[in-house]
Amino acid sequence: MRSDRSQSAPLGLKIAATCGLLFLHLPILLIFVYAFTTEEKSYQWPPPGLTTQWLAVTWNRPDVWEALSLSVRVAAISTLVAMILGTLCAAAVSRSRFFGREAVSLLVILPIALPGIITGIALRSAFSLTEIPFSFWTIVLGHATFCVVVVYNNAVARFRRTSGSLIEASYDLGADGFQTFRHVVLPNIATALLAGGMLAFALSFDEVIVTTFTAGQQQTLPIWMLEELIRPRQRPVTNVVAMVVVLVTLLPILLAYYLTRDGDQVAGSGK
Amino acid sequence: MSIAAVTATRDAPASAILPARGGMLGALSDLFWRRPRFLLVLMLMPPLLWLGVVYIGSLLALLLQSFFSIDEFSGLINRQFTLKTYADLLQPANFDIIVRTVTMAALVTLASIAVAFPIAYYAARYAQGRWKALFYLAVMLPLWSSYLVKVYAWKLILAKEGILTWFLAKLHLLWLLDGWLALPYVGGNSLSVSATGTFIAFVYVWLPFMILPMQAALERVPGNLVEASSDLGASPGQTFRNVLFPLALPGIVAGSIFTFSLTLGDYIVPQIIGTSRLFIGQAVYSQQGTAGNIPLAAAFAVVPIVIMAFYLWGAKRMGAFDAL
Repeated sequence: MRSDRSQSAPLGLKIAATCGLLFLHLPILLIFVYAFTTEEKSYQWPPPGLTTQWLAVTWNRPDVWEALSLSVRVAAISTLVAMILGTLCAAAVSRSRFFGREAVSLLVILPIALPGIITGIALRSAFSLTEIPFSFWTIVLGHATFCVVVVYNNAVARFRRTSGSLIEASYDLGADGFQTFRHVVLPNIATALLAGGMLAFALSFDEVIVTTFTAGQQQTLPIWMLEELIRPRQRPVTNVVAMVVVLVTLLPILLAYYLTRDGDQVAGSGK
Repeated sequence: MSIAAVTATRDAPASAILPARGGMLGALSDLFWRRPRFLLVLMLMPPLLWLGVVYIGSLLALLLQSFFSIDEFSGLINRQFTLKTYADLLQPANFDIIVRTVTMAALVTLASIAVAFPIAYYAARYAQGRWKALFYLAVMLPLWSSYLVKVYAWKLILAKEGILTWFLAKLHLLWLLDGWLALPYVGGNSLSVSATGTFIAFVYVWLPFMILPMQAALERVPGNLVEASSDLGASPGQTFRNVLFPLALPGIVAGSIFTFSLTLGDYIVPQIIGTSRLFIGQAVYSQQGTAGNIPLAAAFAVVPIVIMAFYLWGAKRMGAFDAL
């Protein structure tokens, strides 16, 4: 019944699909050209000349390093919290049926299903009602909340594929619960957890909408960039940072894809 | 083991087969085995506490604030139940913001469907093997690339001195651009400060969210249905209208949940690329920030929640959730 597979696509469809993919990719490639332009004051195209001096200028900017360091610390801790909470939740939901199971899945997905601004304003109004001052931890609180879902999705998909009889066999052979977890469950879900963790890191590293509501005076890298976009100080530095951000987020995504590619649900399909 | 011993330990079946484990960890492990519910509760407790307290708690705080009002003279928040803040939403200036945002969200969704369909259809029906993986990555990488960088890229493209103007000048089509910019509502000084620019950037940023569920739905349409339709004499257009589109509809609706919801809540795209006319997200942001009117910001934030609740209800009836 799959004889249609050998057919080639109509020309119109090919052209439309190619144009669509170009539309998705050319703008990002453009960032790479602008990172090397000699033009400082405007977004002039074509670039009047090419230079690598802005890489050095960016390297020597302390504010960029501070923002980068804050972003990495926030992403690392949020990812850790999200991995623990997401895995626990996925294990509970996939190993047994209980009352309110659907509600638990909905609760996990909600922070990412509702627009970011709602999560942001909700957290801010909660902070203002309870008079919690803004700090590093208020940023982490927000980030961990929406990162849980990424870890959860990956872990649930893997648990679904892991056969329950493996765990029973382990018990039958005399292993206790902790030994079973250490030697049977963990090796089975490890790559899915790693993929989920990397996606959570990428999500947190890039998040800007919720962060503007929970950050106070501190600047994560996306907040720094947003400031530069609204009130540009040194455009070429922004260009270089944009290029670096693209390259840095590319790696965990490709790695997460590679780790889960034979699965029934590949990492990243639900952002 | 004697029968008496078995009956004596009937309450603890595990120890009837194996001797109880020594040590605290062993005892704990036995407890988990005998009482799976206990382990379940233990596992669910941390995530539910976190999400319940941090997230649901915050949403309730938001809802609560939207029933407060602000004293217009002192600027202090009056913590008494009132519907006055919601009535403020109906003032022409505020209501315009809501209408503008919903219109933009609808237009962005329609455009995303049109651009996403060929990509999703090609990936679902014609791409195979390595090409399929390549297609998947080609959609996923832009999805996960930095959101701000994507918006910034369009600022570069749409700028007056940018690549688009240069390209149109090469094609001798500048008159077309100037004509478009002269139009009311959609035009402006340059594309990067016009509603058209906001629209293009929105479509670009949310497009992958439409492609993925659409492709998932199209994968499930059997190819022989399309062939049967053309064997029975339908033109490609008729096949699309009567066979392909209705079968792909749940996936399209699922994708539209994302494009619609994300456009409703976004405040960064219209702030960077767009006119000075506000969208809901910007209204929320400026009301809670510079204006200090958290009740009105909260009421504004409730609008997308209500709209999305209706949208999700309709989508569920169309079977969109099976396509996710």
